[in-house]
Amino acid sequence: MSSHFGPNPWIQQHWDWRASGNFVFGGAGSGLLLAAALALPLGPARGVSMALGLLLVALGLFSVLMKIGKPLRALHVFYNPRTSWMAREAWVAPPLFATAVYAFLRPSTQAEILFGAAALAYAWCQARILHAAKGIPAWREPRLIPFIVATALTEGASVAALVALAYGTPSRLVYGLVAAALLARAGAWFSYSVKIAPVLAGRARDALQAVTPVLLWFGTFGALALIAAASALPRAYAWPLVAAAAAAAVGTGWRAKHVLVTRAALNQGFSLPKVPVRGAR
Amino acid sequence: MTRWAMVADLRRCVGCQTCTAACKHTNATPPEVQWRRVLDMEVGEYPEVKRVFVPVGCQHCADPPCMHVCPTTATRKRDDGVVTIDYDLCIGCDYCAVACPYQARYRVKAPTYAYGAPIASEAKQHDSRRVGVSTKCTFCADRVDAGLAAGRKPGVDPEATPACVNSCIAQALHFGDAADPASNVSQLLAENQFFRMHEELGTEPNFYYLWDRK
Repeated sequence: MSSHFGPNPWIQQHWDWRASGNFVFGGAGSGLLLAAALALPLGPARGVSMALGLLLVALGLFSVLMKIGKPLRALHVFYNPRTSWMAREAWVAPPLFATAVYAFLRPSTQAEILFGAAALAYAWCQARILHAAKGIPAWREPRLIPFIVATALTEGASVAALVALAYGTPSRLVYGLVAAALLARAGAWFSYSVKIAPVLAGRARDALQAVTPVLLWFGTFGALALIAAASALPRAYAWPLVAAAAAAAVGTGWRAKHVLVTRAALNQGFSLPKVPVRGAR
Repeated sequence: MTRWAMVADLRRCVGCQTCTAACKHTNATPPEVQWRRVLDMEVGEYPEVKRVFVPVGCQHCADPPCMHVCPTTATRKRDDGVVTIDYDLCIGCDYCAVACPYQARYRVKAPTYAYGAPIASEAKQHDSRRVGVSTKCTFCADRVDAGLAAGRKPGVDPEATPACVNSCIAQALHFGDAADPASNVSQLLAENQFFRMHEELGTEPNFYYLWDRK
């Protein structure tokens, strides 16, 4: 007999694809802004990346707006930055937009640092939102935090590389950032999934484990090989490879986040450490 | 300082769900929303099988994760330990629902009634503020407060005691001030072995389960 008794946990039904949309689009958007600050030189590629990054962040926020029960009260989300990471994410969003627009209009090193820091803070808040949800074992695991941040940067950097190539400004720096982010994400996922898989059961564990081979083979090794090949080829031949690498990196990251939020999110269930003692002993 | 707590004697609960019905009647919760539920568990393996009935709901944690994550400050904790929701502040983001390890929170998207159209009692008690926002057990705080104001003692006088406790046919549910060593719940905790659910998560629930005498 097990040391605990009670019904098995079930997959949470409160957050659906609209909630996961915030992590999918917001993560990619903040990662793209961060990658633009880190690896793209001044010019149209950076401008387009920043606009696309802000659009993705806005799309993520809109996705959440579609989900909440009282959208007309959405501004109440700013009320509790003292303890709530969701409120902190909301507080970071306006500075993220403001500093990105400022950096676009008046480029400077300080502006780069500011919007890069805001983008990193946004991705960090997203990771902490999940971590603070104590009722979901797969989310409260601390090893999820580096994965969420790493996949945001991976998705963003791979899109930034594609945009840079489109505008004829690919660089070793941006390719290097993509490669480093891909490896960091793979390491973070491996560390997280090894720790959390034994905690899960049934369909949730199957869903989580199904992410691993796709994320590693397509989203990491495949994308790395494509990026390596692209970096050695002329632009005309490189762009389909970088586009495929970006699709693999972004697609697998989005899938992983969607699975985490909607399909691997077993709740805590109910559990009794003791059963009542009744009748004669 | 008062600390309201509930004690469920698992040896006494017979799973009659009267507490669930009393809660629904008192708080006019819509279909599929049960602030006070009773789980029917079967534990063990043949021939050593037991049925255990476990009343659950908001545990009014001393360190409530739902309060910490709430982006709007809608969820708060009163000085007496009761965790509350301000329906006018809540945006219905469900963050509290995924943060709660006790599955105690509900949100309905539209008014629903047991028979389609509202019956007289549902129409009378309908509260539009509770649509689209998070709801949960309140420990019947309004009843407790009104009882206290009238000089009644919560947990002893029915007028000041949560509906589920009043209705319990087996006296399995008890309510009182856990900070008062002379209270009914303190006495029960002193005389019996108890546990709190998911204690390892550090939420410090104010809901105790008795399972054996000392």
